[in-house]
Amino acid sequence: MQQKRILIKDTDLKKDRTRDFYTAFLTEIQDKKLEEKVQLVRVSDIGIYGKGLTVRVLPENFLYCDVETGDISRIVSESVVEGRPIEALLHKPDDKQLRLVLRNCGLVDPESIDDYIKHDGYQAIATILEKMTPEKVIEEMKISELRGRGGAGFPTWLKWKLTRAVEADQKYVICNGDEGDPGAYMDRSVLEGDPHSVIEGMMIAAYVIGATKGFFYIRAEYPLAIERVNRAVTQAHEYGLLGENILGSSFKLDIEIRLGAGAFVCGEETALISSVEGKRGYPRPRPPYPSVKGLWGKPTVINNVETLANIPLIMLKGGKWFSSIGTEKSKGSKVFALTGKVKNSGLIEVPMGTTLKEIVFEIGGGGIAGKKVKAVQTGGPSGGVIPEDFINAPVGYESLQKLGSIMGSGGMIVMNEDDCMVDIAKFYLRFCVDESCGKCAPCRIGGTQLLHLLEKISEGKGEIEDLDRLRRISRAMQKAALCGLGQTAPNPVLSTLRYFEDEYKAHIVEKKCPAGRCAGLFHFSIIEEKCKRCGLCFRNCPVQAVSGNRDQGYLIFEEKCINCGRCFEVCKFEAVSRG
Amino acid sequence: MDREKLKADIKEIVEEWKTKEGNLIMILHKIENRYGYVPREVSFEISKLLDVPLARIYEVITFYNYFKLEPPGKHTVAVCMGTACYLKGGAELLSELEHILGVKEDETTKDGLFHLEIVRCLGCCGLAPVIKIDGKVFGELKKNDIIDILSHYTKQNGQMVSGVGSEVSGKP
Ligand SMILES: Cc1cc2nc3c(=O)[nH]c(=O)nc-3n(C[C@H](O)[C@H](O)[C@H](O)COP(=O)(O)O)c2cc1C
Ligand code: SF4
Ligand code: FES
Repeated sequence: MQQKRILIKDTDLKKDRTRDFYTAFLTEIQDKKLEEKVQLVRVSDIGIYGKGLTVRVLPENFLYCDVETGDISRIVSESVVEGRPIEALLHKPDDKQLRLVLRNCGLVDPESIDDYIKHDGYQAIATILEKMTPEKVIEEMKISELRGRGGAGFPTWLKWKLTRAVEADQKYVICNGDEGDPGAYMDRSVLEGDPHSVIEGMMIAAYVIGATKGFFYIRAEYPLAIERVNRAVTQAHEYGLLGENILGSSFKLDIEIRLGAGAFVCGEETALISSVEGKRGYPRPRPPYPSVKGLWGKPTVINNVETLANIPLIMLKGGKWFSSIGTEKSKGSKVFALTGKVKNSGLIEVPMGTTLKEIVFEIGGGGIAGKKVKAVQTGGPSGGVIPEDFINAPVGYESLQKLGSIMGSGGMIVMNEDDCMVDIAKFYLRFCVDESCGKCAPCRIGGTQLLHLLEKISEGKGEIEDLDRLRRISRAMQKAALCGLGQTAPNPVLSTLRYFEDEYKAHIVEKKCPAGRCAGLFHFSIIEEKCKRCGLCFRNCPVQAVSGNRDQGYLIFEEKCINCGRCFEVCKFEAVSRG
Repeated sequence: MDREKLKADIKEIVEEWKTKEGNLIMILHKIENRYGYVPREVSFEISKLLDVPLARIYEVITFYNYFKLEPPGKHTVAVCMGTACYLKGGAELLSELEHILGVKEDETTKDGLFHLEIVRCLGCCGLAPVIKIDGKVFGELKKNDIIDILSHYTKQNGQMVSGVGSEVSGKP
C-alpha cells in the first residue's frame, strides 16, 4: 500500500462538541496496524463548512462530509486500504464557488514544502527567474488587473511599478497579515492552509521591485498561522528558495516574521510600518507613500495575504486567464467569511460578480430559523450594510461602493429581523473608538461623539436633530481624519442611516426598538387574534409573567416580565409581538 | 522569582534579537509568552540590555492590547465579541461571565483562577457565540451553559482534551 494521508476537520461538529474524532481515527489506524502507512492530520480548513465532521483521503482525494463515528472503520478499510470511494458519504460540490486563492487549502499539507512543490509550488518563481524581467512580470500583472484584497483595491501592478521606479540601496516587501476586521478570518485560513503560496507571492513581489528583505506581519492572536509560516520560511531557506542566489540566479531574499500585538490600526500601512520598526503603531500622513518612504524610510511594497496568494497562480496561468474571471473592473475571485444569521457559515470563495443573493441563498443556504434576511454587511467596521432590496448586487469594488459599503477584506455578515441597525452601528463604532490611536482629533473626538449619540438613541433618549448631527460629524470625519480608520469609521453609521432611517426614528420618536435589542425599548405582548391558546408561553416563562389559562387566553404582565424573549421564541403562531 | 535566573532568561531572549532592527515588540512577545505578562523588573532589565529608555518600553507595552502588566489568572476565559458572536448573543455570555466571576474585562478573579478577556473573532463564527478557555473553544453557547463549563474548571483544574484547533501527528 502506498503512503496515505487522512485530513480531518472537526470544527463544524454541531450536536456533540466533545466527541473526539481525532482519537477515534487514530485508534482505528493503530488497530489496523497502519501507523507506518497512514498519516493523520487535523486541519482547520478543508473548504467545506457546516457539514459536520469532514474527512479527506489522499492521494485519492475522496472528500466525505457528515461523517459519523460508525463510518470511521469503513473509511479506513475501504477508502484508505482499498482505495475505493464510499458513495454515500461523498461531498457533492456546489458550482457557484471557485477556489483560486484557497486552491491548496485542505489539499496540500501546509507543513510540507515537498507537497507544495508537487502541486506546482515555486514553479512560478522558477520560471520568472529563468526567463522574465521584472518589467515583463509587471506587464503580466497589468493584464491580470489584480487589485489589492486588503480593502482599498489598488492595482497591484501599479504599486509594484511605482516602488520599482524609486532608486534606493534597500527595499522591502511586507505581507500584511494583520486581519483586523473583527468578524473575519480569510487571511488566517490562507496562512494556516497554504503558507508557501504567500511566500512565493512575496518572492515575486520582491524580485519585481528589487527588494532583498521581506517581513510577514501577523497578528499574535493567530498562533497556528505564525507557526505554519515560520516552518514554511525555514523550509524555504533549507531548500535554497530563500537566501542568496535563489535557484542559481542572482536574486536574493530573506524573510522574517514580525508579530502584531492587538491593535487594529496596525493594519493600516503606515501604522504597520511603525509597528514593524518596533514602535507604537501610529499612522502618519500620506504622501509620502510607502512606495517612496516606507520601512526605515526605504521604498516598501505592502500587500495583503490574499493578494499575494493570487500571484503565483496568475504567473502560472497568465494574466489573460485571470482577467477572464470576474467583472469589468473587478477581476478574479474573492474569499469571504460568510457568517451571522445564515445557515451555512464559513469561508467561501466566489468569482467577482457573483451576487449577494447567490452567496447568501445558494451557498449559504439562506437565513437561519426560517427568518427573513434583512441586510448583508460587508467591509467590517469600515464598511456598510446592504439591505435585502439590493441583494441582487454583484460583488465587486465599485458595485459595493455604490451601495454605500465596501468590498473590504472579506467579512460578510448576514442580518435578520432580530438585528437592530442602531445597535449594529453602535457595535462597529465602539470597535473603532476602542481602536482609534488617538493621534488626530477628528477620529478621537468625532468617534466618541458619534458613539455618545448612538448610545443616547438606543437608550430612548434621542432627539430627531441627532440624525443630522450624526450625518454632520460623519462627514467631518470622512474628510478630516488622518488615516483610513477614522475616515471610514462613520461608514456603518451612514449606511444604516441611509437604508434604515425608519428604525432610528422608531427609537427616537416612538421610543421603540423594533428588533428588540435595545434594552428598555421593547416589550412583549400577546396578539389575541393570533393566539391559539396552546399555553407554550405560559409554561416557558421563567418568571411566571404570563398568566391565564387555555379557556380565557393569556396575558403578559409587564411588571413581572424580564424581557428574556422566551415566549417570543417558543410561540409557533407568531402570536407574541415584540416592540 | 529567582532574580539570577530571571536575568539569565531575559539575557538569552534579548541576545537572540539584539542585532535585529525593530526588535522590541518581538522581545516583549517572548517575555509575555514566558511569564504571561511583562513584569516591571523585566522591563528594567530589557532597558539596560538594549540601552533604550524605560519610557520607550512602557510606551510600546501600553499601546498594544496584547501586552499585560499584571499576572494573568490560571485560566484565561476569552469571550468572542467578533461580529458574528455579537449578533448571536456574545454580550449576554460576557455579562453572565462577569456576573458569575465577579470581575470585568481584563480582570482576574481574587482566587487567581480565572482571567476574563474579550477577543475578536476566533475564526469559528459558524459556532457563534463562542468562548475560549485556555486553548479550548466552546461554541453555540447559551447563557445557561456558562456555569457548567466554569464548574468543570473549578472542579478538576486543568487536564482538558484539546478541542477545536489543529494538530498534526507525524506518524501516529
Ligand atoms: C484601519 C485600517 C485597517 C486595515 N487593516 C488591514 C488588514 O488587516 N489587512 C490588510 O491586508 N490590509 C488592511 N488595511 C489596508 C492596508 O492599509 C493596505 O492598503 C493593504 O494592506 C495593501 O495591500 P493590498 O494592496 O494587497 O490590498 C487596513 C487599512 C486601514 C485604514
Ligand atoms: S484617524 Fe484615528 S486611528 Fe487614524 S490617525 Fe487619526 S486618531 Fe489615529
Ligand atoms: S465572530 Fe466569534 S468566532 Fe468569529
